[in-house]
Amino acid sequence: MRGTNVTQISELSESHTIAVLVDNEAGVLGRVIGLFSGRGYNIESLTVSEVDHRERLSRINIVTTGTPMVIEQIKAQLGRLVPIHRVRDLTSDGPSVQRELALVKVASTGERRVESLRIADIFRARVVDSTNESFVFEIVGKTGKLDAFIRLMEPLGLIDVSRTGVAAISRGMDSL
Amino acid sequence: MLQQRMTGAEIVLKALVDQGVEVVFGYPGGAVLPLYDAIFKQNRIRHILTRHEQAAVHAAEGYARSTGKVGVVLVTSGPGATNAVTGLLDALLDSVPLVCLSGQVPTQLIGTDAFQEADTTGITRPCTKHNYLVKDVETLAGVMHEAFHVARTGRPGPVVVDLPKNVQVAEGTYIQAEQVRHKSYRPPVKGDATQIEKAVALMASAKRPVFYCGGGVVNSGPAACAALADLVHATGYPITLTLQGLGAFPASDSQFLGMLGMHGTYEANLAMHGCDVMVAIGARFDDRVTGKIDGFAPNAQIIHVDVDAASINKNVHSDIAIIGDAGSVIADMRVVWEAQGYRPDAEALTQWWRQIDTWRARKCLAFGASDTVIKPQLAIKRLHELSKHLDTYITTEVGQHQMWAAQHFPFDQPQHWMTSGGLGTMGYGFPSALGVQIAHPESLVVCIAGEASFMMNMQEIATAVQYQLPVKVFILNNCYMGMVRQWQELLHGSRYSESHTEALPDIVKLADAFGATGMVVSNPAELDATITRMIETPGPVLVDVRVDPFENCFPMIPSGATHDNMLLGELVGGRGPAVTEAGKGLV
Repeated sequence: MRGTNVTQISELSESHTIAVLVDNEAGVLGRVIGLFSGRGYNIESLTVSEVDHRERLSRINIVTTGTPMVIEQIKAQLGRLVPIHRVRDLTSDGPSVQRELALVKVASTGERRVESLRIADIFRARVVDSTNESFVFEIVGKTGKLDAFIRLMEPLGLIDVSRTGVAAISRGMDSL
Repeated sequence: MLQQRMTGAEIVLKALVDQGVEVVFGYPGGAVLPLYDAIFKQNRIRHILTRHEQAAVHAAEGYARSTGKVGVVLVTSGPGATNAVTGLLDALLDSVPLVCLSGQVPTQLIGTDAFQEADTTGITRPCTKHNYLVKDVETLAGVMHEAFHVARTGRPGPVVVDLPKNVQVAEGTYIQAEQVRHKSYRPPVKGDATQIEKAVALMASAKRPVFYCGGGVVNSGPAACAALADLVHATGYPITLTLQGLGAFPASDSQFLGMLGMHGTYEANLAMHGCDVMVAIGARFDDRVTGKIDGFAPNAQIIHVDVDAASINKNVHSDIAIIGDAGSVIADMRVVWEAQGYRPDAEALTQWWRQIDTWRARKCLAFGASDTVIKPQLAIKRLHELSKHLDTYITTEVGQHQMWAAQHFPFDQPQHWMTSGGLGTMGYGFPSALGVQIAHPESLVVCIAGEASFMMNMQEIATAVQYQLPVKVFILNNCYMGMVRQWQELLHGSRYSESHTEALPDIVKLADAFGATGMVVSNPAELDATITRMIETPGPVLVDVRVDPFENCFPMIPSGATHDNMLLGELVGGRGPAVTEAGKGLV
């Protein structure tokens, strides 16, 4: 009965990471982004890069939030875009690895500068550029870890952040 | 074998011929001159010159919907392409297969704000099923074949091919359609056998079943419609159709409940509300169909068949989803029904029909009689009566007249009814009728119009006259944007803000000025004679039917209400609930 179905459909928003394999042709990213903006879906993070140079295939990783019905709709809408080969929900289709890289610039001197280095060490962030008054740290990890690192850098002279967005891949043997 | 070299324009024309195209609707301009020159030099493809690019798209839609073929449009860059946008979105929302070729400035000028440059692929991306910008003539033939394949398969839709002028004149190699295989696009056809078995088992167990079918069945083709009728007859279940589905099942059949939705029949909407099993095929649970979504069919288990996976669970959760072509799935359902020896629950079905008959007895489409003023519903009924011996195609504009046509003009065959449902485009009907007439030169093609909608594309009288297309425009003239006025009456205290159509032209003189025939009728006693004269007059005819200006379109499910809360006409026992405050905010 639909009465029960309605209650089964949670109204709670969930975060999902969706991987999409597309032809790397002009406008394909515009189609994906236009779909999200046109239909009012959220994009929390988006990464795109060619992953197969011979076949000219790109992989798009999208982190989005929505109710389960909206997430299903997002996948179906992505699936019907003509240049899309495959759509995969890495959140619901089993375990996956998710990583993000950030470059974090901190400008400070004295104790604050030392403290930033100490925290960077704890987070296994690397120094990739330094001047007498600044560091650029490179940090790789889950989104939450990067958030925490950046938060800790704020009082220590944080002046600039550049993040890649999430790259994700399923665990185990299967491929997109 | 030496590969044949030809210009881009010649490649386009050859691809059109190879794709079976006979006619192109278009309008020339600077960026498509090489294509028009190629058209001039051949005689396989006929070009129909409309008077506005929007009309060219609607004409191609009419052609496509009345034949099942792909309609083809040719427009120039910039304003040519932007004028086509409304038609493209219309075709997208109503799933009409189109290929629209647009000119573009030469590739080296793209991005320089050149004369008549527009980012056509950017603008049309959300208005098309797919689009292409061809920058290299060597890819042109492949793109052309792909465009037709994408337009006509799966859920059909419009495809734009943007053609820079230098690509049209460059020399390239032609390849055949068979040599093209799309890398990723694989539309579904066959439905999942296990799901179909589950669905048919659920159908067989139903006590209060209803079929709810839409344009997807019509798009699947006449064979799918015949298969649907066969399945519906085998089950004995009632069926309702959406606005776009009209004709998919014979209206004269006793199992047909009429159209459902906002202006659907009392019996169709109450059957939807009361059903325990709903079989939705090629229909998309549009808001005009469902009304208030959380009160929609509260006790139904829903089977949803659609070729577009994104239509499933979009608005309404379905219990059994089958992704596939309507015709294929219906045929499979019929086989399972037979093979499993299913029989409907005779006792329950008899009771269900008895219930439906009490709803039917309300005669929800009844309207008042008058011998002083023409009732618009009567005009449509008489038009049907006096044209039913002919092969009649009907197009409509958008508004009250459209809903009255859907309610009062019955269709027994598919592909005879062309109306703008999804986008609701005023100005669709007349040019669409021209396209239908091109496809069916011997048939009667009538555009049932309102005076306001007709004025949105009335320049096309010139097209009708140029090609001597005997289209009849049956204008139900109430001097109002009638549906706007009706909503203002219901929602805004009868404050008729800007909905009166002032300064109307004299339709007879207008027709005369273009070289067409004009008629006017206001006396109900002269209605039949006028309709007959309209049908018998050769060439294009405009008829100004002066109808009751205050007639409203009922039944009506007001915004924000459920199927069991319909407004009925005063003659049928009055008014339902008033529109709620929440309903006022809905469209």
